[in-house]
Amino acid sequence: MSTEIFPAGRPADRLRDGDRPEPQQPSNAARKVGGVAGWIDDRTGAAKGVNYLLRKVFPDHWSFMLGEIAMYSLIICLLSGALLTLWFVPSAGHIVYDGSYVPLRGQGMSEAYASTLDISFDIRGGLLVRQIHHWAALMFIVGLTVHMFRVFFTGAFRKPREINWVIGTVLALLAIIEGFAGYSLPDDLLSGTGLRAMEGFVQTAPVIGSYLAYGIFGGPFPGEAIIPRLFSAHVLLIPALLVGLFTAHIVLVAVQKHTQFPGPGRTNDNVVGYRVMPVYAAKAGGFFFIVFGIIAAISALVTINPIWAYGPYDPSPVTAGSQPDWYMGFADGALRLLPGWLEFHILGFTLSLNIALGALVLLPLVYTVLGVYPFVEKWVTGDTREHHLLDRPRNNPTRTGIGMAGIVAYSVFMFAAGNDIMAIKLGLSINDITWFLRIGLFVLPPLAFWVTKRICLSLQRRDRDLALHARESGRIIRGADGSFHERHDALTERERWILVQHEPVAPLELMPSVDENGVARPATRKERLRAKLSHFYFKDAVNPVTPAELAAAHHDGHRAEAIEAAQTPFDYEGVEGSHEGHRGDGHGADTDAGLESDVDARGVGSSSPIRE
Amino acid sequence: MNALAARRRHPAAIAILLMLGLLVTGFAYAAVAPQPAQAESSTAQDVTAGKQLFLANCASCHGVNAEGRVTGNGDKIAGPALAGVGAAAVDFQMGTGRMPLREPGIQAERGDVQFSQKEIDQVAAYIASLAPGPAVPSEEDVDPTKGDPGAGGELFRVNCAMCHNAAGAGGALTRGKYAPSLMGVEPKHIFEAMDTGPQSMPVFNDNNIEPKDKRDIIAFLTAIDEAPQQGGHALGSLGPVTEGWFAWFFGLGLLVAAAVWLGQKSA
Repeated sequence: MSTEIFPAGRPADRLRDGDRPEPQQPSNAARKVGGVAGWIDDRTGAAKGVNYLLRKVFPDHWSFMLGEIAMYSLIICLLSGALLTLWFVPSAGHIVYDGSYVPLRGQGMSEAYASTLDISFDIRGGLLVRQIHHWAALMFIVGLTVHMFRVFFTGAFRKPREINWVIGTVLALLAIIEGFAGYSLPDDLLSGTGLRAMEGFVQTAPVIGSYLAYGIFGGPFPGEAIIPRLFSAHVLLIPALLVGLFTAHIVLVAVQKHTQFPGPGRTNDNVVGYRVMPVYAAKAGGFFFIVFGIIAAISALVTINPIWAYGPYDPSPVTAGSQPDWYMGFADGALRLLPGWLEFHILGFTLSLNIALGALVLLPLVYTVLGVYPFVEKWVTGDTREHHLLDRPRNNPTRTGIGMAGIVAYSVFMFAAGNDIMAIKLGLSINDITWFLRIGLFVLPPLAFWVTKRICLSLQRRDRDLALHARESGRIIRGADGSFHERHDALTERERWILVQHEPVAPLELMPSVDENGVARPATRKERLRAKLSHFYFKDAVNPVTPAELAAAHHDGHRAEAIEAAQTPFDYEGVEGSHEGHRGDGHGADTDAGLESDVDARGVGSSSPIRE
Repeated sequence: MNALAARRRHPAAIAILLMLGLLVTGFAYAAVAPQPAQAESSTAQDVTAGKQLFLANCASCHGVNAEGRVTGNGDKIAGPALAGVGAAAVDFQMGTGRMPLREPGIQAERGDVQFSQKEIDQVAAYIASLAPGPAVPSEEDVDPTKGDPGAGGELFRVNCAMCHNAAGAGGALTRGKYAPSLMGVEPKHIFEAMDTGPQSMPVFNDNNIEPKDKRDIIAFLTAIDEAPQQGGHALGSLGPVTEGWFAWFFGLGLLVAAAVWLGQKSA
């Protein structure tokens, strides 16, 4: 960088034609900003970290924004919730309502309910803020659920992200508990019914149930203590846990780098996308306002939880259509599906399995199954490498099938919670719906697994076909020797790369039970189980086209079929019978260093599209 | 001068004029006077006309003497006996179009009213003549402006909301039966339903809920029916199920559409 200035017009100037021009002096404003930044950096040393964050590269795909929907909805909940605390009175103290909602005037109610009515009717904009808070809460959990779907189906939970998957699972569980606490606060008829049900659930815990319920409610139900307790849990304890874990979740994403979908130039060792500054920050920031705008628009147009319609809580009435918010629906649905004969009386004690199984067992079970799945899959596949490239869901048909089966099972429970609403809206018998769902709970998930897996395998076969033979153009060409063949339009390298980039897989085989020296080596039970599960995962895998197959198909379109038929499906280079060792080899060591070289989007396409 | 004018000073003239005046006033009053709504005031003529209507439209299921008929298929009945159901039951069933039954089903559904109010009153008079039963309430009994909606709301939540939903939106019962929505139902019919307990509904007679309290309930239902939708579209007032459904389909749909749109921007 030169700072000298030469007089113009000298012949020697031509020699400096290639010189870089003098850099522009920063503007006054930029200098001021720089001054402030420098001042802060001198005192905190933040420049390095900020620079690191601002230069981080994030890959771009709409499905990566599902988690952002959850994140922004959470932020909206925090903001609107802070506003609501200015007026909400978390107290069961008894007062007589004299606000502006006529059908409730003169009614005795708790201060919590009265203050919620005031927020809805007497505080300007209060109802909108309440509705924003509640809609954002629903969208938070919808968002994190579909985000989990995306992470699951693309295998983004694989090493090194298992911890983050577990954190996400805990976040999901905390979110529904947080939601339930909020739903219970206004002390209207619906939320009181929910609390009453919750008390019953707690009581079904064997032996400790009644003590536990007494402890939680500070006495019999309905008591004075539960609303202040729920309030501190809802505004203090759980939000603190949520924000803390959520921060850890985000930090881990930044540290581990975001996963990316396969594509040309995208490897396990790089991240292709936009840097935070300026593109990604603008997009993500803009998306926050889009999410806020959509939630605000919904809140302005559509009622949610019209507490005034339910009336104040009173232990004697209950309303038709008493349901929890959707995310607790699966537990409510389980209660509706469980048969009543599961209640047992043993030695003067009651064991209410008809309630406990749905209310106390199912909820932790669902989240435990979710949390341990990455570890189970890792054990079955024996894959200890790091994965930063996502799976296309079709390329892991068994996992995709398991995921769909899980979603269907969850949905059966969830739909069961709405059996009464379905009955009146569809003109069906609630009994028929309940029986359909009871049977469906056992039939539909395996069916979903099978159908999904078949669809995935078919898609994989189509991908193979497309990679080998490209697109049939429909044009028939007559050769010089009088033969006919159809012209196939070639795929671009980019298109083909997507079809062939994934790794071939094969089930683990047991070691021979007799080794080469004739010594018996019986497989342990664990090994046999693992081999069995591995077969379940990979026995009918459709593997990607190999370079050899592709070359053969290119050389002679007529003989490609013969080549495919002759090859066994698992005969690929580098995937021998026991590929445990192969899978464990040292990819892990050099990934971190490799990842640091973030690739800019413009650098795409230098890699060879065909795997060697 | 005609004969009438010649006799205008006749001693009987004043008496005749008085009589005429009284007659005109009497008939005029009879023509415009409010008719008592009570079925008791029905005449024998109404009963006869009602019986004719009954025989033509109802007897095929309820029997020619309203004694009820069995179908011959197990213990299923074509129509129950009607002695003692009272004029209120007839006014409710026919006045909401549930009777005559359009088709056999789990439950008689609300439909188009097939008869004029006069014809319904006649059939009601006939049924009431068979045995005493609840009468059609007076206008005053069902006037929502005279009731207290706050007190009615409490009674409604305690007695009615478990089937009809706290917002009167209706709810499911067993085996395809249901408690219908109470929005847009005439006050008179709400009162009659409580009094007679149609279909699966229990009877809330004057000992369970006093007529004044019934009027409070009517006042509450009218108030929530007429209240503006404070929070926007109410999604059928069916509670969290419809809200969750809306969040998944419209909320997520809009947000994902926005995400896809924003995702396209990079390309």
